[in-house]
Amino acid sequence: MSTATRPATGSEPEPAAQAGPPSGAAPAAVGRERGRRRAHRRNLFSALLFLSPWIVGFLVFTAWPMIYSAYLSLTDYDVINNPEFIGIQNYVDLASDEKLLLALGNTAIFTLLQVPLYVVVSLALALLLDRAGRASGFYRTVFFLPKMTPPVAVGVLFLLLFNGQNGLVNGVLGFFGIDGPSWTTDPAWVKPGLVFMSLWTVGASVIILLAALRNVPKELYESAQLDGAGFWRQSFSVTLPMISPALFFIIVVNTIAGLQTFDEAYTAFFGAGNTTYSNDAALFYVIYLFQQAFEYLHMGYASAMAWLLFVVIMIITAIQLVVSRRLVYYEGDR
Amino acid sequence: MSTDIRVAAAESQAARPAPITGPEPARPAPAGPRGRARARRRTGTVIAWIALSLIGIVFLYPFVWLVSASFKPRSDVFDNRLIPQTFTWDNYVQVWNEAPLGLWLLNTAIVTVLAAVTVTISSAMVAWGFAYFRFRGRGFLFGLVLATMMLPGAVTMIPTFLIWNALGQVGTLTPLWAGNLFGSAFYIFLLRQFFLGLPRDLFEAARIDGASQWGVFWRIALPLTGPALAVVMVFEVQAVWTDLMRALIYLRDSDTFTIPRGLKSLVDAFGFGGEWHWEIIVTASVITTVPLIIVFFLAQRHIIDGVASTGLKG
Repeated sequence: MSTATRPATGSEPEPAAQAGPPSGAAPAAVGRERGRRRAHRRNLFSALLFLSPWIVGFLVFTAWPMIYSAYLSLTDYDVINNPEFIGIQNYVDLASDEKLLLALGNTAIFTLLQVPLYVVVSLALALLLDRAGRASGFYRTVFFLPKMTPPVAVGVLFLLLFNGQNGLVNGVLGFFGIDGPSWTTDPAWVKPGLVFMSLWTVGASVIILLAALRNVPKELYESAQLDGAGFWRQSFSVTLPMISPALFFIIVVNTIAGLQTFDEAYTAFFGAGNTTYSNDAALFYVIYLFQQAFEYLHMGYASAMAWLLFVVIMIITAIQLVVSRRLVYYEGDR
Repeated sequence: MSTDIRVAAAESQAARPAPITGPEPARPAPAGPRGRARARRRTGTVIAWIALSLIGIVFLYPFVWLVSASFKPRSDVFDNRLIPQTFTWDNYVQVWNEAPLGLWLLNTAIVTVLAAVTVTISSAMVAWGFAYFRFRGRGFLFGLVLATMMLPGAVTMIPTFLIWNALGQVGTLTPLWAGNLFGSAFYIFLLRQFFLGLPRDLFEAARIDGASQWGVFWRIALPLTGPALAVVMVFEVQAVWTDLMRALIYLRDSDTFTIPRGLKSLVDAFGFGGEWHWEIIVTASVITTVPLIIVFFLAQRHIIDGVASTGLKG
């Protein structure tokens, strides 16, 4: 693994992505204009060499695919025959595709259920960890562990633990006298079940929030106390504003991830020979997109679906950014 | 930012619970002469411990349940006993016989090693390009790197498939790792932060002593980046072990499956459409999960500090 090195000293790491470090031009070039320009060009050349992997990758695997999928979305294409240009027909068809509307609805419900719960649970756990002081290292590990479970296995665990007849979850509910629903078969309960299962992998968010809590300067609490602020006042006037950037980060990232949820639901409800479950309740957008692209080979239609998803995500993220302007407090700006 | 991965560099790697990052927050501030506040605070901490322990059991229990169930015969899988009534190794033997597990593990190992090594080196190169050099358009380019992180994978998925298809690579393991030759935005971001924290004079001095640009990067900067490289490697190992979508798209033949794809095929074969062979699926899940858990315990501090540092940059 790694060799332990002394932590670097002396130079400030710069927090922002804009400010530049001191000049990297070759130090030999002093005074003479021509030499300096040559050095400058050499310097640019070296820089581009170091950046070249990303530049090539960006062109081949990001820029080109975006352009090409935009084109494909205007065609009828099944991989075997050449793409046939059909204008905006795919987008027109999207609007009347009942399965697509179902998938959109499912995805919206899932994300709207999941993100708030995710934020509340991760914040609660982070606050508890923050409070626990010395023992928190151990618990941090415990909470993070599920995040290391492959989503396929999480999907399997969902089927096992949320099994309606004899799953563990309903066993526990039964212990408290609650008759648990058929999580895996009742369409009304499939999505809530998947949401609850996903809370198991909340660990990364917990750690991000805990780091944010640990970063709140102690002096702020001290002066708040001197001003006579109680626990609640401190929470709302000091803690929340100070960790709001991290909270916002978690909300945005989890919204984007929620809208693209695939692995667990696909594992549990889709695939070869599934006759066990009705899976309409778990048909999420990306699952339907995947089916259109790789099961029916409707590449043009699936590309149109991908762009619709992209636009939806952009709009939602933009809204979140605008709202955050008012709510998120970044140190250093007023 | 305080939760720097450099913290990890300063400490030796031990497989004990990670220490608390940063100083111990004494919060709320010590209440001078009033002992009552301190007592209340201690009560609060104890309550937090109790709550954490209960929640911790909830978080750990699925693992315990899964491992325990993998040693039970099918009839007992759902009996929710902690200790199997009839302890049996049969499930493991059966999974081994039913599925080309050895091949799947080998495929996954190949992809993991190739993916982790290539993405670490290429991302470090690019990160160094952004951290060390100064040129016009650098800010714009780096902004572009960050912007690609926001792009949903679904948009590029289909054309990327067509590229690999044109290259005749569908059905092979190549598409699962070769994209990493070009670096990955998140890792570039992470490593650049790290490079910016290294003392610049060192590199200037090496240049004056006649080291080439590549020599400065390869022989001086990179060896100092050990902990950050470890974070990237571990993250990538996790990415490969959890990558279902790509494996579904590109892998056709059972002999080429990776572990997650293999587990899905077992769910398809032994679950849907007939009697559920739960014991097989449970056992395969254990085999899928355990290697990552081991990796996690070997490198947990790197991972947790790496995760902690991601949310701080806003």
